[in-house]
Amino acid sequence: MRFTKEHEWIEVDGDVATIGVTAYAAEQLGDVVFVELPEIGKAVKVGDGLAVVESVKAASDVYAPVAGEVIAVNAALEKEPETVNAEPEAAGWFAKMKLSDPSAVDQLMDRSAYEAFLQTL
Amino acid sequence: MVEFAGYDMPVQYQEGVLKEHLWTRAHAGAFDVSHMGPAFLTLNARSGDGDADHRAVSALIEPLISGDIASLRRGQVRYTLLLGEDGGILDDLMVARPPEDDQQGLLYIVVNAGTKDGDFALIEAAAGGRATLTRVDGWALVAVQGPQAADVVAEILPEARQLTFMTARPIAFGGESGVLTRGGYTGEDGYEILVRPAYAEALWDRLLSDERVKPIALGARDSLRLEAGLPLNGHDLDPSVSPIEADLGFAVSKARLKAGRMRGAPRIAGELAGGLSRKRVGLRVLEGAPAREGAEITDSGGAAVGRITSGGFSPSLSAPIAMGFVPPALARPGTALSAIVRGKAQPAEVVAMPFVPHRYVRAA
Repeated sequence: MRFTKEHEWIEVDGDVATIGVTAYAAEQLGDVVFVELPEIGKAVKVGDGLAVVESVKAASDVYAPVAGEVIAVNAALEKEPETVNAEPEAAGWFAKMKLSDPSAVDQLMDRSAYEAFLQTL
Repeated sequence: MVEFAGYDMPVQYQEGVLKEHLWTRAHAGAFDVSHMGPAFLTLNARSGDGDADHRAVSALIEPLISGDIASLRRGQVRYTLLLGEDGGILDDLMVARPPEDDQQGLLYIVVNAGTKDGDFALIEAAAGGRATLTRVDGWALVAVQGPQAADVVAEILPEARQLTFMTARPIAFGGESGVLTRGGYTGEDGYEILVRPAYAEALWDRLLSDERVKPIALGARDSLRLEAGLPLNGHDLDPSVSPIEADLGFAVSKARLKAGRMRGAPRIAGELAGGLSRKRVGLRVLEGAPAREGAEITDSGGAAVGRITSGGFSPSLSAPIAMGFVPPALARPGTALSAIVRGKAQPAEVVAMPFVPHRYVRAA
């Protein structure tokens, strides 16, 4: 699993990446009450909006940490958005993407680097 | 923590907005609302005739506001609006008449944090040396709200039992005088307690030592008042909005309006007579994301008809709710509209407010 400074995680299997937000992000967001997921087939560049997570108080964007095409979304979150809080780094995933360049993922932080990053916040 | 009207305030405590909100609806929440602007307006030359002194101090403030203060009974609290010259809403506030004989000619006023300097300057100017405004916004104001609030507060201040919704009385806490009012900003039964700063911590700690009470921060204060259909000044109310547009006609004194003795009287009377161009309504967003402040409202044909002024997710209803302004023709409950969120038109419906029923304890 790799991580971004925007608190997304990405797990790669071949050329397919699963993307979600980290436990730290879920904690910061507070109780998630709505998740807006991307359309399947959407082509995204690094930094494009991939999803929107809403708490009672505010809406927060989730940005694509890598480029590719959305091939699946976690539709279960539409009925049970609280899964993002309960299992942010597993069942609370948002989307799967077919990566344009799977090697780009290597440039993201690994867990120990991300945890060191969290210590700086 | 966030900066709010110059105060550093928490958006949420440990448990988060959702749980804080639901706790308040089920038990009792304690809110530190010391950022608000409490003050006393006291007549300088009192005659000793309590009713005459009350009328005299009321006459000083009434030219600025929408309500009738002279008719307040002893111990009664009234919600009213501070108006600009054209009848727009500068602030919404509470005005209370003390119950005690020796306090007649005094009004207890609580204004909003963000506007208090301007509000107090207007009131002082209107008092014109005939009354003295004593700001006590350095004191602590604590709200206790929820179905268990009455039991909680009565254990600390037994006189709380004697109050009903929108009444006030003096209290002694730590041997010093303060003010207790029954009411609040959540739609629940509850109280607001004004004490001197030296006793703030003792009061707060005493409240939180009760297992029925949890501390509630700004986030849930906002979602609770939204469910209760209560407007937030600076968001749902601003100096361009009249009391009638804001659907706060109940706070407009019919007698003073008829006599033309109110700021913006021609405009307000004209709006009541059918010349209204927009009205604050409640909206249920039927599908999709919560529609928040600033979102455009469109009619069924897609034409822009207004804007959301506050909106979010209702923890009690598990659905998005909002307030906004639309033309009167589209203000009837059941009217189908859309709220535009991130470019997407989401179906919405005008509904009657409050979204969640009020549970005030009114006089029998």
